[in-house]
Amino acid sequence: MRVVFKTSYDSDIDLHEHGADRLRTALLLGLMAVLPFLVGDYYLAEATNTLIWALAGMGLMIAVGHTGQVSLGHAAFLAIGAYTDAALMNAGLPFYLALPAAGLAAGLFGALIAIPAVRMSGIYLAIATLAVFVIVEELVIMLEPITGGVGGIMAPSITLFGVSFDRYAALTNFYWLVLGIVALVTWGYANLMRSPTGRSFLAVRDSEVSARALGINVTRTRALAFGLSSGVTGLAGALMGHFIGFFNYELFSVIISINLLLVVTIGGLGSIQGAFLGAILITGMPQLIAILRDGVNANFGIDLGGIPGLDTMVFSMILIGFIIFEPAGLYGRWRKIRVWLETFPLARRDMFRRHKTYLKTERMK
Amino acid sequence: MSLLEVNDLAVHFGGVKAVDGVSFSVESGEVFAIIGPNGAGKSTIFNLISRIYEPTRGSIRFDGRDITGLKAHDIAKLGIARTFQNIELFDHSTVLDNLLMGRHTHRSTSFVEDILFLPKVRREERDHRRHVEEVIEFLELEAYRNKMIAGLPYGVRKVVEIGRALSIGPKLILLDEPASGLSVEETREVAFWIEDMRRDMGLTVLMVEHDMSLVNQVSDRVLAVANGRPLALGSPADVQAHPDVKAAYLGTEAA
Amino acid sequence: MTELLQLVIGGLANGCIYGLVALGFVLIYKASEGVNFAQGDMMMLGAFIALGLGNSEQLGLPFAIAVPLAVVIMFGVGWGVERVIVRQLFGQPQFALVILTIALGFVFRFVAGSIWGYTPLVLETPFAGMNMRAGGIVISVADLIAIGVTLVLTVALWAFFAFTQIGLAAQAASQNQMAAYIVGVPVMRVNSLIWGLSGAVATVGGVLYATRGAIDPNIGLLGIKAFAAAVIGGLGSLPGALLGGLIIGIIEPVAGRYAPGEFAKMSPYIIMLLVLVTRPGGLFSQIQMKKV
Repeated sequence: MRVVFKTSYDSDIDLHEHGADRLRTALLLGLMAVLPFLVGDYYLAEATNTLIWALAGMGLMIAVGHTGQVSLGHAAFLAIGAYTDAALMNAGLPFYLALPAAGLAAGLFGALIAIPAVRMSGIYLAIATLAVFVIVEELVIMLEPITGGVGGIMAPSITLFGVSFDRYAALTNFYWLVLGIVALVTWGYANLMRSPTGRSFLAVRDSEVSARALGINVTRTRALAFGLSSGVTGLAGALMGHFIGFFNYELFSVIISINLLLVVTIGGLGSIQGAFLGAILITGMPQLIAILRDGVNANFGIDLGGIPGLDTMVFSMILIGFIIFEPAGLYGRWRKIRVWLETFPLARRDMFRRHKTYLKTERMK
Repeated sequence: MSLLEVNDLAVHFGGVKAVDGVSFSVESGEVFAIIGPNGAGKSTIFNLISRIYEPTRGSIRFDGRDITGLKAHDIAKLGIARTFQNIELFDHSTVLDNLLMGRHTHRSTSFVEDILFLPKVRREERDHRRHVEEVIEFLELEAYRNKMIAGLPYGVRKVVEIGRALSIGPKLILLDEPASGLSVEETREVAFWIEDMRRDMGLTVLMVEHDMSLVNQVSDRVLAVANGRPLALGSPADVQAHPDVKAAYLGTEAA
Repeated sequence: MTELLQLVIGGLANGCIYGLVALGFVLIYKASEGVNFAQGDMMMLGAFIALGLGNSEQLGLPFAIAVPLAVVIMFGVGWGVERVIVRQLFGQPQFALVILTIALGFVFRFVAGSIWGYTPLVLETPFAGMNMRAGGIVISVADLIAIGVTLVLTVALWAFFAFTQIGLAAQAASQNQMAAYIVGVPVMRVNSLIWGLSGAVATVGGVLYATRGAIDPNIGLLGIKAFAAAVIGGLGSLPGALLGGLIIGIIEPVAGRYAPGEFAKMSPYIIMLLVLVTRPGGLFSQIQMKKV
């Protein structure tokens, strides 16, 4: 079991507690960087997709995991980001300007709708975000000159400083671009959570009334959190647009919104790692089911491919299993395993006992 | 000029007059207690001062300034901190994080600077931590620094609640039933801490309390209220001997 | 003018169905502050079970038997879902239930699709195609029945919560679970009952929906509009749920006829957002200040 001997406040303020932690992160980054040389194009594309979903997941995590604002319509911000980026690039703006603009557009829109929305709590906010999503979807169809309406729009190929980052022609470059952006956002997110701003998010999440007593402007904090959340999700949307190439509003459906919510919930609410783990699960699930299905077909001769909706069904069952048996998500389970390994053989059975919260009505504010 | 002046304060919830014409003032460096039977409106007075409720009439002045119209989140910056009767700590954070959140009014970094974690942010973080460590030392919470609130015993959580209020670095601290649910030893600790707060930190303490021994031990003056109206104001001994106060608690002799 | 009136009457009937689904939603919320995002799919499943029992090429039972039987079966399904699955979530925050019921919705859709396929089917009813005329307006009997049944059900459920022991117990449990336990309320059993009731109400809504058009496993998605209706009325208010449903039911066709382009589709949600901004708790808001 590792005992960390701290000699200065910095060791608590730093992102990494000790040298081994730093080494682990460096190795992980290194592995991600050399991935193109280890796997073929198909898996590299999958990895890129996973990274983009992790980015979107981080966006939603800021709002849901760290500020307690459940959003059922975050796909709306994916859409805003994707369309803004594609439209601007089609109008001649270079990528390194279009991308931040996309994030800014999504972020501002999110902050704007957050201001009236922050007066609502819990389920009201969730349903309101769903409503916003439907409205944005319809707006996309209506603003046909910009968005290509029902027909769709093309996200142009990215070229920076003469180097092509085209998603098909230069997949490795595109992968590195996405990796770089994701790494940067992760660093910013980690900084956020160890700073006073991040703490104010947690305060608002856990007790509004005492947050106010500590001088935190709850409305402004919630709006800021939601704005940052939608902004990051907008960035992910822009990248998603480039990844798909040609897209229309159907790319950003309610199902996507729900999938995004699943990423953060199954991954582990309230942790950055959760966004990544959840993204890996969500993007990897279809592959896994396909492999299992082929396996069943090969070994038992039963062809499950003929049954429509089976994928979603299996997915749902896994989900239900997670919610019931491991609500702390993948990251929660990982932490338990790690603690078990670290304290072996002294791990106690109830170390992570779930604290049951008895229901107290949210209708009394 | 008193540090806190409450004048004819009243709040009506529908037909219920929770507080009906309460006036008192608290001098700087004083320990002032509000006592009264349950439902007397004591916590409501606190909620009015920390601006959670909107008064129906009356005014509140702090440090010479009228705060009656301020918003709840403006109060902390002026130097008023409070604890809650039903502990409102941040359950999913550690003790250290809870205390650090108390430093919110002293932050000067914007969220952009925070995200980039500029050297200025790091410097301020060290500073916040230093202040919080003083509070931890004062309240002897060293062993609990990195523990999650959710797993701590009730007595410790009450202490953390006080610690978080102290982290604000306030001039006036409102303690809402600091001894409720505590054992005799723990209550004695609270008495010592209140004394230390007044003497070493120069704090003014306004508290609501049921535990008469604590009130007698630490208070300079006491205000007794019942049904939202004031009954008596004076030294602890005087107030407890007051016939109206006795009647409110014990009832009157059968006719 | 008659055209407007015609739209309104048709919209009323639609609104009643939205209201019924919203009612089931609010039932569960009122009793346990739980959120059942599978409510729309329960409605769909109820409709299909009625179809499976009543249609001549399926089991062919008479309508008057098939429908009540379907209601009873779905009562059992709702009860069973709570008993077996939802109960495992006891003690977890509300959020977990949201995810769980979303997944459940998928499962219901899969079950319905597997048994009855994905091509739209029509429920056979004894009053299909029957209309009534009154002063130039045509009202289908199906619409009338929808409005009538909804009114009766709403009043009955409201009375249930306001006047019966179980209803009061359910309300107590939703306000403070631990306290309800202490005074002897069998919280878990009450919850199961409410979920069963919700399933039954959903089935009625589903059957009424089916009398007005063909159904397929994806009709459950109108649940989203029903949520908007429940929110407009104020979660926790039964009459509010119905009112919300009626508002949406009427505004939709009117907006579709008189407002430009895509506004009709957005109208329920715009109304909902407007209501929430002005009254964050919905029209019959049940939110009060907590004593700290």
